[in-house]
Amino acid sequence: MNKAKARVAIVGPGNIGTDLMYKVLKKSKILEMALMCGIYEDSPGLKRAKELGIDISSNGIDDLLGRSDIDIVFDATTANAHFKHAPLLEDAGFFSIDLTPAAVGPYCVPVVNLTENIDVPNVNLITCGGQATIPIIKAISRVTEVDYAEIVAVISSKSAGLGTRQSIDEFTETTALGIVEVGNAKKGKAIILLNPADPPMTMSNTIYLRVKEFNETEILNSVDRMVKDVQAYVPGYRLKMPPTYDGERIIVIVEVEGSGDYLPKYSGNLDIETSAAIAIAEKKAAHIIVEDNTGV
Amino acid sequence: MRRKINILDVSLRDGMHPLKHQLPANEMAKVAAQIDKIGVNVIEFGHGNGLAGSSFQYGFGASTDEEYIKAVTAVVHNTKLGVIILPGIGTRHELAVAREHGVSVARLCTQITECDIAEQHIRMANNMGFEAWAVLPCASALSVEETVKYAQMSESYGAKVVYLLDGGGYLLPEMVYERIQAMSRTLGVETGFHGHNNLQLAVANSKAAIEAGASHIDCCLRGMGAGAGNCPTEIFAAVCDRMGLDTGVDLYSAMDVAEQVIRPLLPKPIEFDKDSLMLGYAGVYSSFLLFAKRAAERYGVDARDVIKEMGKRVCTEGQENLCIECAYDLAMQKKKVHPGNEYMS
Repeated sequence: MNKAKARVAIVGPGNIGTDLMYKVLKKSKILEMALMCGIYEDSPGLKRAKELGIDISSNGIDDLLGRSDIDIVFDATTANAHFKHAPLLEDAGFFSIDLTPAAVGPYCVPVVNLTENIDVPNVNLITCGGQATIPIIKAISRVTEVDYAEIVAVISSKSAGLGTRQSIDEFTETTALGIVEVGNAKKGKAIILLNPADPPMTMSNTIYLRVKEFNETEILNSVDRMVKDVQAYVPGYRLKMPPTYDGERIIVIVEVEGSGDYLPKYSGNLDIETSAAIAIAEKKAAHIIVEDNTGV
Repeated sequence: MRRKINILDVSLRDGMHPLKHQLPANEMAKVAAQIDKIGVNVIEFGHGNGLAGSSFQYGFGASTDEEYIKAVTAVVHNTKLGVIILPGIGTRHELAVAREHGVSVARLCTQITECDIAEQHIRMANNMGFEAWAVLPCASALSVEETVKYAQMSESYGAKVVYLLDGGGYLLPEMVYERIQAMSRTLGVETGFHGHNNLQLAVANSKAAIEAGASHIDCCLRGMGAGAGNCPTEIFAAVCDRMGLDTGVDLYSAMDVAEQVIRPLLPKPIEFDKDSLMLGYAGVYSSFLLFAKRAAERYGVDARDVIKEMGKRVCTEGQENLCIECAYDLAMQKKKVHPGNEYMS
């Protein structure tokens, strides 16, 4: 029998996990929800999954580890939990997509380095600020040398969950590393700010770059192409201010509006994470389906 | 015995905004050695936006955090030294360097409504052996009830002093009084106030704060600080003395350091202008002033409009990039920038 879809499990039925579930159910042609795992039977996320007819498990990843019908696991728990989950999931043969700051596996920004991260057991999504800004840094570093890139991610207070709030240091450190490793800048710096405006603001990212020399048209074209490529998996990704040189630095501003699958539209910061995770899963799924159908 | 008021002198931190963070570490140390003689409780120093503030976003510093820390800790012997850190900008690494060199007060500063992001750092700072103080900025005004709620949260994380920071210089004396009084009555720890002079109310507001129960006040010599400056150390010491309060500051020494050491550092005296007035009027952070002017000039719009727009959108502490965004948006509205041919020029 030919396989038409890859089966996925989500660990962590919080806001991110629930948004992922809706994306799999509503949007993906090649992913199929197999299991939602949590630790509290009566948590709203598990209840919601059950109402939608999805298998649930409330003993963490224990049930999941025994399942042979699942291909891909999204981990939307916490860094500490993922440190424990990662080796177990790998031993059980799953492909894990890590949405926590644990960063056990390589950093992945789908539009930049998806292809090389499909054959590893575990990939990490860096941070929301990283997903939003690294594509722009890469767009510029692929046409000229970037000596230094600095990003300022401003997210609405309402969209920042407990996980983000309790690990702000991890956000700035991980994002700065991602700017260098994936964005290909020589040096990176990241700043995250929470804005309390009500109604909540859309996620806004300012990117400052120091470059030695550049060709204006090349940069504009490269950034335009990159924005279109990101839009293929994050429809709410927008160039708010195109690359502007002010004598000292290039400045670019991008906004991310959420798609409103489950989380409100102002949570572009969460949407870009879940959308990136789905993009990775779909790429992996395409491989799995081909392998399965050709008997490789 | 006279009631003790603790002055934290921020000349070498908030005062770095008007100097665009261009005071080198060796010069800072010379000034610090002079401030050490006047009798303030704490000297806060470093980049204007705190540890790791050196950036495109806030301006690069003339020296690194470590250079400032090494230079200043080497020459200050009588006064406690402090650093400020904004979680989301600075990290545990910078804090550790400060502690290693003997800095004893760490102030953790977050937009008041977001104070829970400092929980990690308040605990961290206490564990490192700092006295951890919470600083809660707001550019406009939050209700008394909410102000108290966030102050209590900060206390629960382990802050030894909780400050209200009037970042826009927006509050009027009675508003300061109400908020500090409610904080002082509710908290088990001491309260403090940091004013800005955009409406020329920094001294009056600081006076209202101590009348309402605050025991800690941030001051700068000659009012040297962001926007139209802060509450001047030497003036506030004189005011406290007249009120029968003990700041420990030697008035003549403070005046002399202000005149002889601080005055020559300043490119021009700290003064108000139409833009700093707008900060206080619209409720926008004082540190945004020079960034708003620069962006307004770049995009050919009025800095006052940029500041007004930021007030409308509600800015958060550290959001200097909003100056560029607002100036750009205003310019686009006025069609002074034509997409497609002026991006890079």
